[in-house]
Formats: sequence, structure tokens, C-alpha cells
Amino acid sequence: MGRYVARRLIQAVPLLLLISVASFALLKAAPGGPLAAYESNPLVTAEDMARLRSAFGLDQPLPVQYVTWLSRFVLGDWGYSYAYHQQVLGLIGERLPNTAYLMGTVYVFTLLVAIPIGIVVAIRQYSWFDHLTTGATFAFLSTPTFWLGLLLIIVFGLQLGWLPLGGIDTPGTSFDVVDRLRHLVLPVLTLSLVGLGRYTRYLRASMLETIHNDYIRTAWAKGLNERGVVLRHAFKNAASPLVTIAALDLPELFVGALVTEQIFGWPGMGRLFWDAATRFDYPILMGILAVSSGLIVFANLVADVMYGYLDPRIRYT
Amino acid sequence: MGISTPVSATRSPAAATAVRQRGQWSMALERFVAHRFAVVAIFVLGLLALLSIFAPLVSPYDPEKTALLLIREPPSTAHPFGTDGLGRDLATRVLYGGRVSLSVGVAAMLVAISLGTLVGVLAGFYGRWIDALLMRIVDAMFSFPRLFVLIILGTLFKGMTPLAIVVSLGVLSWMTTARLVRASFLSLKQREFVEAARCVGAPDGRIIVRHLLPNSMAPIIVAATLGVAGAIITESTLSFLGLGIQPPTPTWGNMLQDAQDELQRAPWLAIFPGLVIFLAVVSINFIGDGLRDALDPRHVIRRGQR
Repeated sequence: MGRYVARRLIQAVPLLLLISVASFALLKAAPGGPLAAYESNPLVTAEDMARLRSAFGLDQPLPVQYVTWLSRFVLGDWGYSYAYHQQVLGLIGERLPNTAYLMGTVYVFTLLVAIPIGIVVAIRQYSWFDHLTTGATFAFLSTPTFWLGLLLIIVFGLQLGWLPLGGIDTPGTSFDVVDRLRHLVLPVLTLSLVGLGRYTRYLRASMLETIHNDYIRTAWAKGLNERGVVLRHAFKNAASPLVTIAALDLPELFVGALVTEQIFGWPGMGRLFWDAATRFDYPILMGILAVSSGLIVFANLVADVMYGYLDPRIRYT
Repeated sequence: MGISTPVSATRSPAAATAVRQRGQWSMALERFVAHRFAVVAIFVLGLLALLSIFAPLVSPYDPEKTALLLIREPPSTAHPFGTDGLGRDLATRVLYGGRVSLSVGVAAMLVAISLGTLVGVLAGFYGRWIDALLMRIVDAMFSFPRLFVLIILGTLFKGMTPLAIVVSLGVLSWMTTARLVRASFLSLKQREFVEAARCVGAPDGRIIVRHLLPNSMAPIIVAATLGVAGAIITESTLSFLGLGIQPPTPTWGNMLQDAQDELQRAPWLAIFPGLVIFLAVVSINFIGDGLRDALDPRHVIRRGQR
């Protein structure tokens, strides 16, 4: 196991380098950049431009620029945002708690609701509850997130007036738990309903596969109650695919949900990426892109390791 | 193999009842038809597609003609979906938008499936370093947050033409197909019929096209169907953000972008285009589900559950 993890980590290095070169190339191909603001300024002469260019290191060949960026990035210097006039790392530090707060709630809420539903629909297969849930999950899986968000705003925000339309709290007020929670409801609901569909379907399928096994029949035969059979014997084994998907979703705690954050005006990482993209603020884009793809690589490794841990029949080679 | 041929069983009296030998595809069709939701979905999607194709015949209105006296009319008999902020008939725009959204979805899927099949074939058939290299590229592509890359591309070009969207969506979505085709090739190329084909001297190209690809069609078809649904959602998300296909050309996504600012005054602007996206995507997903049941015999046991 230890050797397997070490080998996977070593394999991840060239992968991460490949990803960073690709992101760097993509953003270097883009117009704009740190000097775009000065180019149209008549007071800035060609000489000044040249000086600025060398100050930013933009006169260096691209491979040199890449290596410079990479070595600084590894040391924690993620550059300076042209648009926000702030260190990228500091900006991310400001936004990350908001995204973690939203996505963490979504994550916990989705799992807490999906696990009982997935178990019940599997042991009561073909019941009305099963048909209803299966239909609903299929519908939510096919609903564009942004449309669901708009519908929730129309119904609960505008027509019924129960909940705020967006933002993380009411501006100009001091910290208030109730106010915070009220702002959390609609974005969490938007993201959870879509996620619920996925988790419930996977858990139902793997529970159905599990409960027809011989050892489950043995558990019934030796007189265990339903709770013991379902939770201790069936669910424990059926949970491994669920854990894998849950692990693969972990990067979202960092990346956030761009579209939902956009609709609800949530000041998180997704919004930061969006604002940076529309202003060609490369240091921010590079930082977020590099970290999120790195996290995806890492989450894949975690998912594989967890899968083997939960199912000892899987051998690592 | 797709043709059903009656087998005459004259000698054995036990087989006097006519036994029909049935091909794989006719059995698949039977299984698909048994999935009632999938059959309904075919009709819904077909209706949507036909209404979009024949939009000029179905609707008396011009999708881009503004009417300042008819701004934000709620749904009525003359305007079943109401009118938008420029007085244009929303139902008409939804139909014309369907032309763009549906064809972009299908075209992006075709690009993705072709690329994915090509990569999967090369990796699965030739193996060794080709496989290792291509699969590392697949891993790297999977690690990119797709929406982020599309947003960067969208801001670079200040919105995209339908062709640009098709190409970028295709280039960012081929990896699943590549893995499926590779896995299928890896197991198939060990089989006796491939060995037999080699023994009679069939060249690689013939083995791939005549023997391996036809036997890998099931996962490709299912992935292609679900790929259309994914492409429609991604295109509409991108257009909703204002980075996709630009107005006045209507697409289901960019119609919702206009709607976002008028949720209070004209909620129908947000409800109807989204409802059509939902109908199209849910239909395609049901069809994909039905195809999976039909083409993968292992799923047959669980057919009744839906």
C-alpha cells in the first residue's frame, strides 16, 4: 500500500508539470496582460513600456518565464493581481473561506440526505417511494444548475419573499447567524438537488448489487435484525463506490461552483475566477487553475486508495 | 448479423414449431422498446427537433423582429410563452434557439466521439508506449476543470461562434469515450476471432474496422447519447454566462441570460427556455438509459425498475 501510494505520487509529478505547461501556454496565448492598461495611455512612452516589460520579466523567452513562474509558485509567491492590486495568495485566502463554507455545507447536507434515501430505495425496491425518488433524481440530473437556481430565486425569493435573492449576508449588518443561514439556503439547495441525484443513484445501484449476495442471506438466516443486516453488512460494502465519488468531488471545496456563485452573488472562488477571467488577470487564473487541477489529481489518488481500503479484494500493483 | 432469418427445422420433430434465429440488433430493439420512458423520450425529442427545424412554418413571427408596443407581454393565446424585453415572441425564439442548441449539441458530440474513438483505438490496439502516452494525456485533460477552460476561451474570443463552441466542447470532452474504447479493445484483441483474422493475414486496419469496432459499438453509442445531453447543458451554461453564442442569434442559454435581470417583471422569460433545455436533456438521458439496457445484456435483469 505504502509503495503504491509513493509510486502514484511520483507518477503525478510529470502529470502536474504537463498540466501547468498547458495552462501557462493557454494564458500566454491570450491578449491583454499586465501592461494592457498602459498601452492606451498616451503619457506612457515606448521606453517606459520596455522598462515595465523587463520589470515584469515579459521580455524573457517563454520557457524562462515558465520556469520563473513555476519556481515562485512552488515557493508560495503566486504573483500580484493587476486588477485587484493585491497578492494572489492573499486574495485566494479571502475568498476560500466563503467557498469552503458554501461547498462544505452542500457536501455534508447532500451526503446526509442521500445516504438514507439511497439505502431505503434499495431495500424497498419498486415501492412508490423508490419510483418517486428514481424519477426525481433523473429529473434533477437533467436540470441545468443555473436554471434551477433561477427558478428557486423566482419562487422563494421573489414570489413568496421568504429568502434573500443573493449574497452571503445582508450588507451593512453585523454578523448574525440567522441572516447567514437564510442566505445559505437557496445556493445550497440548488447545488444539493443536482448532487443528490448522482449520489442516490450510485448508492441505490451498489446496494441492490450487494443485498442479493449470499453473505446477506446468511446474515438474515442467523437471525440478525433488519438494522444489523442493512447497515452493518450491506451498507458497509455498498458504500465504497460512494466514497470514491465523494472523494472525487473534494476539489469542489476549493474550486467552488462558478455558475451558482455567479447567480447568487456569492463572493467565493468561482466568482473570483470569473472576475479574473473577464479582466484577463492571469496570475489569479494561473493560481486557481494550477491548484484546482492539482487537487483533482490528488483526489483521484485518494479515491483509488480509499477504494482499496474499503474493498480488500482490490490489490494494488 | 443484423438480419433475422427463419431457420427451417424440418428433420427434428421436436423443433417443428418455427424457431426464429434473431440477430443481436433486433433483440436490442425489443429491449429498447420495453423501456417505456425511453420510447416516450424519443417522441418528445423528435417533436422538439421537428418543431425547431420547421420553425418558420410553425410560427408566424420573426425571431429577431422587435415590437416596442409588445414588450414583456405575459403568456397569452397569441404569444403562448409571452414576449421578451424587446417585444419578440418567446415561443418563436425558443424554436429557433432549438436549431442552434440541438445542432451544437449533436455536432460537439460527433467531434468528441470521433476524437475519443481514434485515441481509444490507437491506445487499445497498439498498446505499449503509445498507450502509456495517450492515457497520460487523457489523465491531464481530465484534470482540467472544463468550465474554467471554456470560460478562458470565451473571454479570449469575446463570445464564441457556434463552430468555435463545437470544436472546443469536442476537444474538451473526448476522454471518456477514449477510455471506453480502449478498455473494449484491450479485452477484444485477446479473443479467438481476432487471432483467426490475423492468421488469415488481415491487416491491422481491417481487423480494427471490421472486427474490433463493430463489437465496441455499444459503449460508444451510449456515450454518444449522453454526450449530446452534456454538450447541450455546457453550451447553454456558457451562453448563459454571456461567453457562448452571441445575441441576436437565439440559443436556449443566451435567452436565459437576458431573463436573469427580469426575474421579477417577467419570470416567464426564465421559465420557458429552461424548461425546453430540461425537456431535451431529460429525453436524451432517458434514451441513453434505454440504449444501455438494450445494448448491454447485463442490464436486462434490472430493466423493470424504471
